Amino acid sequence: MIETDILIIGAGPTGLFAVFEAGLLRMKCHLIDALPQPGGQCSELYPKKPIYDIPGSPEILAGDLTKNLLKQSEQFQPGFTLGERADTIEKLEDGSFIVRTNKGTEHKAKVIAIAGGLGSFEPRKPPLEGIEKYEDKGVNYFIKNPEIYRDKKVVIAGGGDSALDWSIYLTDIAKEVKLIHRRNEFRGALDSVEKLRELKNEGKIEIITPAEVDALHGAEKLEGITISSKGEEREIVTDHFIPLFGLSPKLGPIANWGLEIENNAIKVNTFDYQTNVPGIYAIGDVNTYPGKLKLILCGFHEATLMCQSAFQHINPGKRNVLKYTTVSGIDGFDGSRKEAEKAVVEAI
Amino acid sequence: MEDITITIKDRDGKAHDLLAPTDMAMNIMELCKSYALPVEGTCGGMALCASCQCYVLSDHTLPPSTDDEEAMLSEAFYVKENSRLGCQLPITKDMDGLVLELAPEY
Repeated sequence: MIETDILIIGAGPTGLFAVFEAGLLRMKCHLIDALPQPGGQCSELYPKKPIYDIPGSPEILAGDLTKNLLKQSEQFQPGFTLGERADTIEKLEDGSFIVRTNKGTEHKAKVIAIAGGLGSFEPRKPPLEGIEKYEDKGVNYFIKNPEIYRDKKVVIAGGGDSALDWSIYLTDIAKEVKLIHRRNEFRGALDSVEKLRELKNEGKIEIITPAEVDALHGAEKLEGITISSKGEEREIVTDHFIPLFGLSPKLGPIANWGLEIENNAIKVNTFDYQTNVPGIYAIGDVNTYPGKLKLILCGFHEATLMCQSAFQHINPGKRNVLKYTTVSGIDGFDGSRKEAEKAVVEAI
Repeated sequence: MEDITITIKDRDGKAHDLLAPTDMAMNIMELCKSYALPVEGTCGGMALCASCQCYVLSDHTLPPSTDDEEAMLSEAFYVKENSRLGCQLPITKDMDGLVLELAPEY
């Protein structure tokens, strides 16, 4: 069981900055994120896009902001459970919480801070009739273990990086790889497109464009698909169909945690960003209150106020006062110390 | 600058006549959000999520779609000939009377 002071659900910019603010108050944090890497939307959706409204940064790439936030909080040694989705919560008699992920990892914390953005990123499922019936029986929305495709026939659909990368990767493993995309152009990295072209010329992959998957077939498991290309239908015999159409965020299981929800967001008060359940806070894009703006800079503010309140929740009655890092420096949990250089005054 | 009227048919088939400012650098996705219509705009308007996909029902001539928009639409669902991403349609005066329908959510 992982134990911490504040369990932060969501490792986007708001969650990462909360680690720093909590650290200043000597509280330790652990973060859970459904994505395999920290940064949330910033690293998943638009790492190469510039952001212009981070105070003090006239222009910063979303990926660089993530890197900076990780660096800023590293001396407070946050723990991470990545690639897992927070599923259930249980309140113990002593007021602390146990949060379990979809993979069964258990976390115990005195305070929960939900910084889940628009929700956990889940694969976008194509609206094909009966697709649920074939899930994990031939249809997979992401590739966990490439070995299950060894010597199998595989059809991948999509035109982005993951569709391209996995198509390339699986040509060495699978018996047969077909890549289907709705148009002739791919928007993946240029060298991937080049590699794909080589593999196509070597006859190691069949690329079918422009084409669309219309139907899935099979009795107990997937046995084949019907596609249409240039006005003609075609049947393809396959063991696996892997649609890779990117990810979209869903509030998911958090919606069932007994928190007040309004328009897909968690209601909080603006005093300390606490929800209707004491000890559970919601910060950043995931919360709502009168006048709410979904901005990273607002998430930073909310994280800061949340930490002050969380300190009181964890240490009832204990005195503390707001410290300025310029004056007090920073004492990391790793024993490091950052402080302003002492001015040298030389007597004449 | 004068406002124009844009009609958005929601997913229940109800038509909303929206007064749209033409001097606020807004796009169709943002217009829908400003009227609290159920458009998520997950990616914030970068043509990266297709949550603002809509169908053009009137015969207005709209600016052609960019490569980014085409690429996103090629991976979106429920795409039709008249599909566009609302976030890639900046509101201009000649859109007065434009009628759009929100594509299904997924």
